[in-house]
Amino acid sequence: MYAYLEKKHEMVRKLVRQFAETELTSEILDKIEETHVYPEEILQKMADCGFFGVKVPRALGGQGADVRSYVVMGEEIARVSAVSCIWALTPNSLAGGPLLLSGTDEQKERYLRPILTGEKKVCFALTEPGAGSDAGSMVTTAVKDGGHYVLNGRKCFITMAPLADYAVVYAKTDKTKGTRGISAFIVDMTLPGVSTGKPENKMGVVGCATSDILLDDVRVHKSDLLGEEGKGFSNAMATLDVGRMGCAAMAVGVAQACLEEAIQYSKERRQFGHRLCDNQAIAFMLADMAVKVETGRLLVYQAAWLKDQGSKEATMAASMAKYHATEMCNEVAAKALQIHGGYGFMKEYKIERMYRDCRVFTIFEGTSQVQQMVISRALIK
Amino acid sequence: MKIIVCAKQVPDTTEVRIDPVKGTLIRDGVPSILNPDDANALEAALALKDEHPGTMVSVLSMGPPQADEMLRECIAMGADDAYLLSDRAFGGADTCATSTTIAAGIKKIGYADIILAGRQAIDGDTAQVGPQIARRLGIPSVTYVQKIVALKKGSVIVERQMEDGYEVLEVELPCLLTAVKELGQPRYMTIAGIMDAYAQPVTVWDHTDVALDPADCGLNASPTQVHRSFTPPAKGKGEMLKGSVAEMSSQLIERLKEKHVL
Repeated sequence: MYAYLEKKHEMVRKLVRQFAETELTSEILDKIEETHVYPEEILQKMADCGFFGVKVPRALGGQGADVRSYVVMGEEIARVSAVSCIWALTPNSLAGGPLLLSGTDEQKERYLRPILTGEKKVCFALTEPGAGSDAGSMVTTAVKDGGHYVLNGRKCFITMAPLADYAVVYAKTDKTKGTRGISAFIVDMTLPGVSTGKPENKMGVVGCATSDILLDDVRVHKSDLLGEEGKGFSNAMATLDVGRMGCAAMAVGVAQACLEEAIQYSKERRQFGHRLCDNQAIAFMLADMAVKVETGRLLVYQAAWLKDQGSKEATMAASMAKYHATEMCNEVAAKALQIHGGYGFMKEYKIERMYRDCRVFTIFEGTSQVQQMVISRALIK
Repeated sequence: MKIIVCAKQVPDTTEVRIDPVKGTLIRDGVPSILNPDDANALEAALALKDEHPGTMVSVLSMGPPQADEMLRECIAMGADDAYLLSDRAFGGADTCATSTTIAAGIKKIGYADIILAGRQAIDGDTAQVGPQIARRLGIPSVTYVQKIVALKKGSVIVERQMEDGYEVLEVELPCLLTAVKELGQPRYMTIAGIMDAYAQPVTVWDHTDVALDPADCGLNASPTQVHRSFTPPAKGKGEMLKGSVAEMSSQLIERLKEKHVL
């Protein structure tokens, strides 16, 4: 039992663990790796269990739970499958977040509710080829023309773009105002002028297609402006705040799985007449890994708890959790693979997939270096 | 419509071992779960609730205070409320005393059109408590229900599982049905359900709440006593006969004669 969690959060853990261990079988996960396609029926089951709207109020069709329930869910799904975790977290964070934060009642009803039931998919389009960590330097524009805005530009590395029904697109409505000139729009992916690029061939988290979104004179009705003009950047940053905790939780889940695999393998594999774990060098590696996983977990739970209390410290805590947990996960995965020796390098072993999956964790939703910026700026301001 | 589901918290028997010396169950570190057949009974109740809006599903259990968590899981799956009969006086009960206590709990809740219970609990495997409750309440019971075919005004039509088929029975309401696993794969909890489960109390009753004399409860009212628990010795290894069909046949006849089967 963790001090930051209540009994209800442990029951969320029980539900999600049961779900992940029952539904996300090795056969299904291997097939996803092979086909790059995620089964719709699993997504529907996730929606039915309420995974897509954990923090969304009941009145809007959500589950009315809290950030701690959200991170526990992320951790437990990631313990079995990182790509499944992305599918479960996204409707809560990058897809639902912008709508929940800035949407009108009508927009929430029209766009958010179908995300929660699994009927529609929404992607988050912030990054551009020339604007990654420096999101403010985006060049996509939105020019007002009567009752519409005309959008032009190119977004890249957009998770789920090829599968999405709608995209939340960030574009400059005023190029002279820097980040204060950025506005958010809900773009129907079937509108004339919207196209997606070829799905990227990724190193890990295979099974949720990532691609460019190309916007060529796309006419978006003014009713699909999300929030006020010029407030898009703060909407994106607030969305990423919650997203960071999800990423951190995902990293803890994958790291926990790596640790479990390493423990199991080191107890089974025999060399020099004894088990691998009987070598102090290996046993101490396991101890170090366990301590690191636990510190990552506690940072995540603390950040989630602060957010649930409405504390302003939550932003800094989320950055610390994301930075530490994702770096820690890569380290633990590398050590777990090392313990597996040559077998760990083979695709037959789970650790191979986990090692590839977690590599992106220190990159997406704010790189480790961006987190270091956030943390250090708060320290020296 | 009102449905009461009788549920029991049991040790997960897939993880229970027996102490070979003492002959008792080793329960340390064994997780407790909702008895699987009771989960099927709850699923049937929730499916009826889905089909007939306005149906109320209550869950009732007898057990130690820790059963609270299992009851909240039932609410998280979709039950409306939960009641726990918990009292030192109820401890050590056999099926006879258990059914007295549960029947008293049902009377205290009030009316139910259908009472659903699991066929049996995986820790005791008696399959006696369900029918005994029906007897104490003076209502009909159908055991081994594998399907609820139709709910009519004043009765329910069910399929009762047999070894080589099934019976179709119509039974008057109120009645008690015991569930086999074919009655329904239990649904997952939902996150909203979990929030509901912790936003409401689980009502706890002791013997005075359900108007029972301690002499009629628990060990005091249990004629059954466990003489000994043990793991049956492992069976001997099978023997494969070799040779032609004729040779194997004669060897088989020899063996059967040795064992006085022939």
